[in-house]
Amino acid sequence: MIRIQTEDFDIGEQTRALGGTGDTGAIATFTGLVRTRGDRQDVRALFLEHYPGMTESVIEDLVTQARERWSIQAVRVIHRVGELALGEQIVFVGVASAHRGDAFAACEFLMDALKTSAPFWKKEITVDGESHWVEQKASDRDKAKNWQQD
Amino acid sequence: MSDTVTVKFFARLRETLQTDELELPISTQGTVSDVIESLASRGAPWDVLQGDQPVMIAVNQTMARPTQPLSPGDEVALFPPVTGG
Repeated sequence: MIRIQTEDFDIGEQTRALGGTGDTGAIATFTGLVRTRGDRQDVRALFLEHYPGMTESVIEDLVTQARERWSIQAVRVIHRVGELALGEQIVFVGVASAHRGDAFAACEFLMDALKTSAPFWKKEITVDGESHWVEQKASDRDKAKNWQQD
Repeated sequence: MSDTVTVKFFARLRETLQTDELELPISTQGTVSDVIESLASRGAPWDVLQGDQPVMIAVNQTMARPTQPLSPGDEVALFPPVTGG
């Protein structure tokens, strides 16, 4: 399940929706939050823009790649867009598997790959009312590259 | 149907160009590079498309290179490196 939405989500609800078949031995989840220290030190909110349609198909493709690489039973990806205040949830990636190794790896891969390939853009709004677009980080590109296979 | 492509802009580019979408005529065997050159030749602020900051390209919602040939009706998107998550 892949969802792009403005509304908040409930981590407990999302996590429970991943398991419970009896075959699942592990659920790994990641939740990203708006924090005060981004490119600037006094962020009070984020504005998230995306490319409707392409965003969903890029994430769909990443999930397919994850399923080819690891043994996965269920995946849920939720990404919020619009204006999000400090402390709010931005993104959720949850993976269910028989074993923790596959669940951890697939969850981290999806998050790293999403950051550098899904068409979302963050704008930071600071306490003084100014705003600026966030720059893509070399460290994020490196993390995504580390998952590339020969 | 006329021989045009739709060009979409996102994030910083959308704001700088004050445009989220436009239609542009394309010639036979036109590429993404031709589209970028034609827009950049309008002068400021359109010259940012050939400036120092990287511009990513998608054609019909798939990442593409400047050399990609275009067909009438294609959707070209130009945007800065992505920063989601």
